[in-house]
Amino acid sequence: MLGIVSAGIFANNSWMLDAIILATWETFYMVAISTALSYLFGLPLGVILVTTGDGHILESKGFNRILGTIVNAVRSIPFIIFLILVIPLTRLIVGTYIGTIASIVPLTLAAIPFVARLVETSLREIEWGLIEAALSMGANAWQIISKVLIPEALPSIILGIAITAINLVGYSAMAGIVGGGGLGTLAYYYGYQRYEDVIMWVTVIVLILFVQLVQMLGDKLQSITISKRR
Amino acid sequence: MIQIKNLTKIYYTPHQEIKALDNVDLSVNRGEIFGIIGLSGAGKSTLIRCINMLEKPTHGTIIVDGQDIPSLSKKDLHQARQKIGMIFQQFNLLSSRTVFDNVMFPLEIAHVPVKEARQRVSELLDLVGIADKARVYPDQLSGGQKQRVGIARALANNPKILLSDEATSALDPQTTRSILKLLKDINTQLNLTILLITHDMNVIKQICDRVAVIDDSRIAEVGDVLSIFSNPGTDISRSFINAISQKDEIEGYTDKILKKHDSYSCMIRVSFIGSSAGDPIISSMIKKYGIDANILYGNIDQVKETPFGHLTLQLIGKQEAVEESIRYLYANGLEIEVI
Ligand SMILES: Nc1ncnc2c1ncn2[C@@H]1O[C@H](COP(=O)(O)OP(=O)(O)OP(=O)(O)O)[C@@H](O)[C@H]1O
Ligand SMILES: [Mg+2]
Repeated sequence: MLGIVSAGIFANNSWMLDAIILATWETFYMVAISTALSYLFGLPLGVILVTTGDGHILESKGFNRILGTIVNAVRSIPFIIFLILVIPLTRLIVGTYIGTIASIVPLTLAAIPFVARLVETSLREIEWGLIEAALSMGANAWQIISKVLIPEALPSIILGIAITAINLVGYSAMAGIVGGGGLGTLAYYYGYQRYEDVIMWVTVIVLILFVQLVQMLGDKLQSITISKRR
Repeated sequence: MIQIKNLTKIYYTPHQEIKALDNVDLSVNRGEIFGIIGLSGAGKSTLIRCINMLEKPTHGTIIVDGQDIPSLSKKDLHQARQKIGMIFQQFNLLSSRTVFDNVMFPLEIAHVPVKEARQRVSELLDLVGIADKARVYPDQLSGGQKQRVGIARALANNPKILLSDEATSALDPQTTRSILKLLKDINTQLNLTILLITHDMNVIKQICDRVAVIDDSRIAEVGDVLSIFSNPGTDISRSFINAISQKDEIEGYTDKILKKHDSYSCMIRVSFIGSSAGDPIISSMIKKYGIDANILYGNIDQVKETPFGHLTLQLIGKQEAVEESIRYLYANGLEIEVI
């Protein structure tokens, strides 16, 4: 069915189909890799934000306040400005600031503090009694983090991953406009600057499907982890 | 087993200082079930939580099995806590783990080899009677079953002491009885020292050897349960005991049901303990002194295994005869209170 429709739309412009498939793939791996990387750094950061908080297992008031301030500062920079600000860093790491690989750097950096706050929220939902029970058994901080905090918050953390990926789809389109590749670049150069309406609309539809898919996947995984426990 | 001296705990909040414990001294013997009873906010939880340092004492010493707990290093404290089990009112089981893995948890913390740990978990689940629920998640259990898991988990590392913070307060009376029975059984089987807090005198009555009554951050009274029940030394103890019998209510309206007598009359409350509850002392008193005894209220109860009762009597007769009979009761070892 989809094949027949797309064959009709792209009958005389088969390059368009190729371009859209390529751009979709680029967006997919940009988002996937930056989501993974942002959790690699954001998850520990979120754990540190929670556990160094007042009365928590690694309480450290001054450190916690400084870290919180940095996280908030980064989060308050609009992404489009952030993109430009980190260009020197991107160049240093990747060698260039244009292209799909290069945009993973600003995407990841912008998502880390966002992820940290999401993880923080998930971990705060855990009842303090569970932490006390673990403390009463003689658990150390690492055991509490790895055996209580993260497993107990897992369903909520999974939903957070979906939210992050969806946000990164949007960000990746913005990065695309300044040469980041993926669906954003495609829509901007062909759809906007060359008046290829078809490309514009197909891009929008692909993005909608993409976001739906990620959300469905997140919901599904979350309900699997929860229903296992009931 | 536990010696607490000059324990003071002050909570500092932004607006005020709350003295939750004020110079508390307490000593718990090896192998006994020691109860702490008090009203809400009296400081019970604070006291029990200081013992495993969930709450840091402001000052004072807490010696558990020869170790001064507040002076331990972080690492030594983790070790010491493995030998002090704790159960909670809200059970605090991990929802991400099955019953089996919940009991496994403290063994993982103590780095017990997996094979040995699994063996131990099976034994514990048998001990608390929920072996059939091993593969189930806590969400599927009733309150009583959850507390059994909590108890199995607390016993995993062979603790010397079990701390219980209102462990039966979220349970119905019947389930409470079965959990208390389980606690009593493990106390005798494992010679485990149990320190439990409650606001319910029934709990104290059913399983405790000794009790401390805590009132407004201080220990009001300590003693063995039977003597506090039969002869409470403070108003607060009396009010806890009265809360579980209807004695006071009845004595409150005896003046309404009593007829005015022409001859001398006097109201007394007689307490029986142990074997004297079985002796016909009252009836022999009546015969011996030729007085009348109007029985207004009576109950017999059991503190642990000892029968224990109250009788509220109105003695009617000649004044000398009534006074003689009261002396007779004293002489027979009964506790008398003239009201
Ligand atoms: N973390 C805390 N911060 C400040 N004040 C506290 C804290 N924990 C307890 N308190 C106060 O200390 C006093 C004793 O509290 P505690 O919890 O020990 O009472 P309790 O006897 O266990 O009462 P309950 O039967 O209601 O559990 C109360 O006035 C309480 O408000
Ligand atoms: Mg309490």
